[in-house]
Amino acid sequence: MSEVFGIPLPALLGQLMLGLVNGCFYAMLSLGLAIIFGMLNIINFAHGALYMMGAVFTWIALAQFGIGYWWSLLLVPLVIALFGVMVERTMLRRLYKLDNLYGLLLTFGIALVTEGLFRHRYGVSGLPYSIPEAFSGTFNLGFMFLPKYRAWVIAASLLTCFTTWFVVERTQLGAYLRAATENPQLVQTFGINVPAMITITYAVGVGLAGLAGVLAAPATQISPLMGTNLIIVVFAVVVIGGMGSILGSIVTGLGLGLIEGLTKVFYSQASNSVVFLIMALVLLVRPAGLFGRER
Amino acid sequence: MQSKLSILIGCGLLLANVAAGGQAKAGAGKISDGIVKVGVITDLSGLYSDLSGQGSIIAAQMAVNEFGGKVLGAPIQIVSADHQNKADIAANKARQWFDTQQVDVIVDGVNSAAGLAVSKVANEKHRIFIDSGAGSTRFTNEDCNPYTIHYAYDTYATGSVTGKAVVQHGGTTWFFITADYAFGKSLQQDTTTAINGVGGKVLGSVLAPLNAPDFSSYLLQAQGSGAKVIGLANAGGDTINSIKAASEFGINKKQTLAGLLVFITDIHALGLQVTQGMYVADGFYWDLNDATRKFGKAFMAKANKMPTMVQAAVYSSTLEYLRAVQAAGTDDADTVMRKLKEMTLNDAFVKNGKIRADGRMVHDFYLFQVKSPGESKGDWDFYKLVATVPGDQAFQPLSASRCPMIKK
Repeated sequence: MSEVFGIPLPALLGQLMLGLVNGCFYAMLSLGLAIIFGMLNIINFAHGALYMMGAVFTWIALAQFGIGYWWSLLLVPLVIALFGVMVERTMLRRLYKLDNLYGLLLTFGIALVTEGLFRHRYGVSGLPYSIPEAFSGTFNLGFMFLPKYRAWVIAASLLTCFTTWFVVERTQLGAYLRAATENPQLVQTFGINVPAMITITYAVGVGLAGLAGVLAAPATQISPLMGTNLIIVVFAVVVIGGMGSILGSIVTGLGLGLIEGLTKVFYSQASNSVVFLIMALVLLVRPAGLFGRER
Repeated sequence: MQSKLSILIGCGLLLANVAAGGQAKAGAGKISDGIVKVGVITDLSGLYSDLSGQGSIIAAQMAVNEFGGKVLGAPIQIVSADHQNKADIAANKARQWFDTQQVDVIVDGVNSAAGLAVSKVANEKHRIFIDSGAGSTRFTNEDCNPYTIHYAYDTYATGSVTGKAVVQHGGTTWFFITADYAFGKSLQQDTTTAINGVGGKVLGSVLAPLNAPDFSSYLLQAQGSGAKVIGLANAGGDTINSIKAASEFGINKKQTLAGLLVFITDIHALGLQVTQGMYVADGFYWDLNDATRKFGKAFMAKANKMPTMVQAAVYSSTLEYLRAVQAAGTDDADTVMRKLKEMTLNDAFVKNGKIRADGRMVHDFYLFQVKSPGESKGDWDFYKLVATVPGDQAFQPLSASRCPMIKK
C-alpha cells in the first residue's frame, strides 16, 4: 500500500475528506461574517450564537412542532434572518457612525445574553437530533466510508457559497451592494434605498449562520456552547482570507479545513492551534489577508 | 485614669470571653453559633451544571429534609455558590464561608482544580470538605489532608473498573481517544494499568484538544487501528461528540465504545439510538434497588431529571455528615471527622461504605451496558448491570496511596 510520510494513503485521503467537511462549515460561517463586515463595517461577534440558535431552533421545530429537517432547512434560516433584522433595526443601526469597536461590543453582548438564555433553558449536555432518513448510511469511496449526511453537507455548503458569491459579484443587485459599500452617499443619490440594503445584507449574513446551524444539527451535539467553540476559528479564517473578502473567506475556509485535517493525522495536539499559527504568518507577510485589499 | 480603667475593663471582658469559649468547647452537645450550615459549591452555569449544579443543591436539601431540618436541636441551613469553574473563586468563597458565615461543611466541589482549591482552604481553616463532583486522584494522594473526604469516584475507579471488566468481556485490544490535558492523560494511564493487569493490550492512542468541535478524524484513526474497544479518556461535551460521531460513521457496529467517565445526563442527551451497547462505569444508578428507586423518584419530582452519581453522592455525604454530628454530639470538625471515619455508611447512595485514613470513601462500583431503544421501557431506563465491583477492588489500594498521612 502506498504511503505518504508513513501514513497510508487511504487514511490520509479519509482525513482530508473530513477536513473538507469542517472546512465547509468554516466557509459558510466566515462568508456571512465577510458580507456583514464588508457592507456594514460591523465585526459580528454574535455569529457563533446565531449558528447555535439555528441548530437549537432545528431541534425545537422537530421536538415541539413536528417540523422535519427539510422544512427546517428553509424556515430556520428565515427565522434567524428575521431576528437579524430586528437586531439591526433596533440596535446596530445606531452604531454605524461610531468606531467599529462599539459594534463588536454590542454583538459580543448579544452573543453572551443569547447563550446564557439558551444554557439556562436547555442545560449544557446538549440535545440529540437524528440524521434524516434519506441520509442515513454511508458511501463507500474506496479509501473510506463517508456518511451520506457529510456528503450532503459538502454539496449544500458549496452550493450556498457559490450562489452567494455569484449574487454579490455577478448580478445587478450585487453591483449595487458593492457600490454602496464603497460610497453609500453617492449610491443613495441614484435613488437606491441604502438603509434597506444594509438591513437585507445583515439578514442574509446571519441567515447563513442559521443555515450552517441547521446543517450542523444532525452532525454534532446541539449545545448552547457550540457556537463559542467555533467562532474564534471562524474569525481567524476571515482575517486570513482578508476582512470583507467573499472569495477569500470561501477559499480560506475550505483550505484551512483541509490543513486542520492533515494536522490531526500528523500531530493532532496542534490541530486547534494550527489555524492561528497560519493567521500570524499571513498577517506578517500580508497584513490585509490573502485576498484582502489595503484600504 | 480613664484609660487605665478602660484597659482593665477590656482585660476583664477578654478573660470572660476566653472562659466562655472554653466552656463551649468543653460542653458536649453544643453546636457552634447555634446553627449547622452546609455549603454546596458547584458549577451553576458551565459545562458541569447538568451533572452537578442545581441538582446538587436539591440533593443536599433532600438530605436536610430527611433529617427533619434540625440536628441536636439546632437548625440546618443550606447555602450555595457558583464557582464558575475557577479555582480562585472557589477558594475565596470557601474562605468567606468558613470565616464569616459559620459554614461547617462544604460539599460537591465539582471540577478538580476548584475542588483541590477548596480542599486546601478546608485544611487551613480546620473545617470539613466532602468532595463528590471532582475526579482527580490527587485528593487522596499528593494533596490529601485530614479535613477532606473524596466521596463519590475518581479517575482510578472509573478507568480501572471499565478497563478490567471490558477486557474480561472479550474487549482485549484498545485504542484511546484522550483529552489533551492532565485529566485525560491520567485517565488513560489508570485504565491502561488495569487493562495490562488482566491481559489486555493497548494498540495506540491519539490526543485530542479540549473542546474539539469535530471528533470524526480521531475516530477514523481509532477505526484504522483495528482495536476491539475504543476507550474515550475524555469527559462531558468531548465524550458526547465522540460518541455521536462514532454512531454516524457506523464505527460502533464493529468496535465497542467504552466511556471512561460518562454520566447518566450524557446518555440522556445523546439518546439510546446512539449510545446502545456502550460500557459505562458508574457509582450510582437510580434503578439498582428499592432505596435507589425511592431516592431517584423523589429527586425526579423536584429536579425533573434523574440524579447523577455526583448528585446522589451530595445527598449521601450531607446526610452522613449530619448523622456524624448527631452521633458525636457536636459540630466540632475534628470530632465529627473522627466519627465519620469510624462509621459504616448506609443510605440510598452507598452500602457499607467506609472512609479510609487517606480520605477515600470506599464503596461498590458498577459496570453497566447501555440498553438498546427496544430494551428500554421509558425515559431514564438506560442501563443493564453487567458487574458489581467491590470497593476494595474498584479504588486504588491504600498501600499504593502517595498520601503523606499514611505511614508505611
